[in-house]
Amino acid sequence: MLKKRSLLGKPAVQTLLSSLLCIVLGVLVGYIALLIINPAGAGEAVTDILKNFWNYKKHATQMKNLGNTLVKTAPLLMCSLSVLFAYKVGLFNIGAAGQYVAGAGACIYCAVGLGWHWLPCMLAAVIAGALIGSISGVLKAHRNVNEVISCIMLNWISLYLVNTLLSKVKNPTSPYTYEISKQLVVEEGVAKTVAHTEALLPQIGINSLFNNNKYVGIAVPMAILFAVMIWVLLTKTRLGYELRATGLNKYAAKYCGMQDRFNIVLTMAISGALAGIGAAMFYLTGFEEWSVTQSSVPAMGFNGIAAAFLGGLHPVGAIFSSFFIQHITDGGAQLNKQVYPAEISNLISSLIIYFCGFVLFFKLVLNKWLDRRFEKRMAASQKGVSKS
Amino acid sequence: MEKGQKAPVQSEYAVEMLHITKRFPGIVANDDITLQLRKGEIHALLGENGAGKSTLMSVLFGLYQPEEGIIKKDGAEVKISDPNDANALGIGMVHQHFKLVECFTVLDNIILGVEPVGKMGVLHKAEARRRVLELSKKYGLQIDPDAKISDITVGMQQRTEILKMLYRNNEILIFDEPTAVLTPQEIDELMQIMRSLAAEGKSILFISHKLAEIMAVSDRCSVLRKGKYIGTVNTKDTTVEELSAMMVGRNVNFHVEKKPAEPGKVILKVENMTVASKMHKNNAVRNVSFDVRAGEIVCIAGIDGNGQTELVYGITGLEPLVAGKIELLGQDITRQPIRKRSIMGMSHIPEDRHKHGLVLDYTLEDDLILQSYFESDFTKAGFLRRKNIRAYANKLIDEYDIRSGQGPVTMARSMSGGNQQKAIVAREIDKEPSLLVAVQPTRGLDVGAIENIHKQIVAQRDAGKAVLLVSLEMDEVLDVSDRILVMYEGEIVGQLDPKTTTPEEMGLYMAGAKREEM
Repeated sequence: MLKKRSLLGKPAVQTLLSSLLCIVLGVLVGYIALLIINPAGAGEAVTDILKNFWNYKKHATQMKNLGNTLVKTAPLLMCSLSVLFAYKVGLFNIGAAGQYVAGAGACIYCAVGLGWHWLPCMLAAVIAGALIGSISGVLKAHRNVNEVISCIMLNWISLYLVNTLLSKVKNPTSPYTYEISKQLVVEEGVAKTVAHTEALLPQIGINSLFNNNKYVGIAVPMAILFAVMIWVLLTKTRLGYELRATGLNKYAAKYCGMQDRFNIVLTMAISGALAGIGAAMFYLTGFEEWSVTQSSVPAMGFNGIAAAFLGGLHPVGAIFSSFFIQHITDGGAQLNKQVYPAEISNLISSLIIYFCGFVLFFKLVLNKWLDRRFEKRMAASQKGVSKS
Repeated sequence: MEKGQKAPVQSEYAVEMLHITKRFPGIVANDDITLQLRKGEIHALLGENGAGKSTLMSVLFGLYQPEEGIIKKDGAEVKISDPNDANALGIGMVHQHFKLVECFTVLDNIILGVEPVGKMGVLHKAEARRRVLELSKKYGLQIDPDAKISDITVGMQQRTEILKMLYRNNEILIFDEPTAVLTPQEIDELMQIMRSLAAEGKSILFISHKLAEIMAVSDRCSVLRKGKYIGTVNTKDTTVEELSAMMVGRNVNFHVEKKPAEPGKVILKVENMTVASKMHKNNAVRNVSFDVRAGEIVCIAGIDGNGQTELVYGITGLEPLVAGKIELLGQDITRQPIRKRSIMGMSHIPEDRHKHGLVLDYTLEDDLILQSYFESDFTKAGFLRRKNIRAYANKLIDEYDIRSGQGPVTMARSMSGGNQQKAIVAREIDKEPSLLVAVQPTRGLDVGAIENIHKQIVAQRDAGKAVLLVSLEMDEVLDVSDRILVMYEGEIVGQLDPKTTTPEEMGLYMAGAKREEM
């Protein structure tokens, strides 16, 4: 009997079950929403979203589109790592979005404005993200400012600072910055662009797997590597031991002589750095340019929160949850635009993402149910014993 | 009570809890417990921590619903589904930690929730004040209705809580460990108050694990052990020994066996130490000087909140000093960080094991290396050496008899308070410190665990370590220490010899009624 309990009682199994339940519920509610809007194509629409790239007939096109999803999965994974790392240390980093923005600003400016190589560009993004993160960390550690509040404010501060910075490398004919493969040079007072492909992330042959999708490259394995590194850092190292202790009980951390304040700042800096790398992994592929007129923070950082929770707050789980969330987000674009307005795709994917936040809740319910069942069985077995 | 049924006979009992059983996952917290409170009696409820006293009271207040058993009030069965029902039935409780609004006056606290409100929501306090003063006079409960709670003594706060119950016309008064925070003189006063309340026909349930008080004030005593009902005895027909055997299930040695101390060289030297207070503008510790020698147990006695906590924070480095100097083994450590002090040989069993002592969501093994995880035994090139950690944890678990569900990988949170404390004691003693600072090391533990920890502390002393013990328990202070320093309002007001002093003398120092020039 104890053995039976132990399989369902295992945290990993529980997390997996609750994550799957979240997905099923999200899809179900999304389906109901589609039914209400237009019952005719609802079933088809849901399968379209879930199929994403499989909607395409040709294998080559499928692979190309899978590649596109992967390009956006890498930064999403980094953002979710950023959130879960801070969360494990007891901080809620809702500022991953702003740190991501800062990283984007730094790497795009260094690439297009300064003509740097991709690696220093990425380092600049790391530093920018870490800087924004550590501001919240310092405020939390030394002035006890709630990190959620300071992070939200810094999200907007970062957005407008980056908009201002990137206006300098803006294409005069559009609201976007120049492509990452170009460098802006000013010669004798005249601005012009020259080709500069060094800033693009290397593809190291991975693109050939995805029908030569030129955006797929080093970022994907790199992000997975980071996930494993974060897992090792948290569970196997002395630093992880200290950071988790500080997060779980800062008084105990102080009592045993850990530098509790420094640890909080360090955590937020690492967390910010992860989001910053995420931005570099995305914008240095050249997949998209930055619009300097945008007035909302990119959703990447916020989706990172959902991905972190859906992945059971485990770095390896985050790899799969990030892919899934990006998969349905892209799948939303497959909706039949004749039946549903274009915005519906966002609504449906956000419904599913919203339900992803319930993982911990379902885990709690499952545990309670297990406890009750266990108790009943114990009572039953005791009765059996007393009778015999 | 439908027609056809007889009106309930005038019952001898104010409240009865009959055959109450309450289960939680994996544990039966109350197993067929019967408690009958007579009208006008003082009934003690005795039991160790975890015996099921709190659960039983929560059932009485409707916070838990029992699986089996019934509750009767004045002989009639009642259903209590939430605390409001309990209030309506005239059941009131003074909690161990008072439920008072600090920035309100005594009067405001008493009428809180049952405010006399007139038209348009206007408060009529004059009538309330008249009734409160009347009650206060009738039962001899000295209070100042206009004083703020934050400005009055703990004793007066407790009287405010009692008046709250009386103002609500409660007939059944429950006192949950009411003496833990009081001086001996205040305890005597409380006993008087309880007797006069009982004489006026109130029924009192007195929850405690202090046998002397139970013997002094109660008429009858019910004993619980490990969730089971052991029995009810008339207090005048029993002895302290019999009660303790009922409570623990075996005979307990109350006296701590130890040989005379042989103080050696000075280990800790504190000079003119002043520590600021977080609560108020005055300093919590004022110009305190003393020293602790190798091979002696120096005990800081005093009532809670007289600067003992801050004194320890200053010595261990959790708070900076405003002024003064601390020396450990002849070295100035006044400005040294906590880690440095720890490495130099200071161990600290903290006052609050959940706040400071443990990371509750860590496993037992991770908590056992909290003070040593950075040493080369446990860390190599930044990575934890899990194998060594497991071996070390198993060693401590064996040596200190730390019991837990899954051994080294048990979550600290799921362990009992006694075993959590054992883990902390093991960790701090195994560091082989030259100075052991132990703050209320037996707080909230049962008699058996207390005995064990006292033995460990004495063994440290006999091994030539210096021990600084901070305790609020009079018996512990007198039994364990070799030298007593009494703290009052941030100052050391007296040095006593435990062999020659009496609880009464100590009480006078603790209450600030007596002091010697140090």
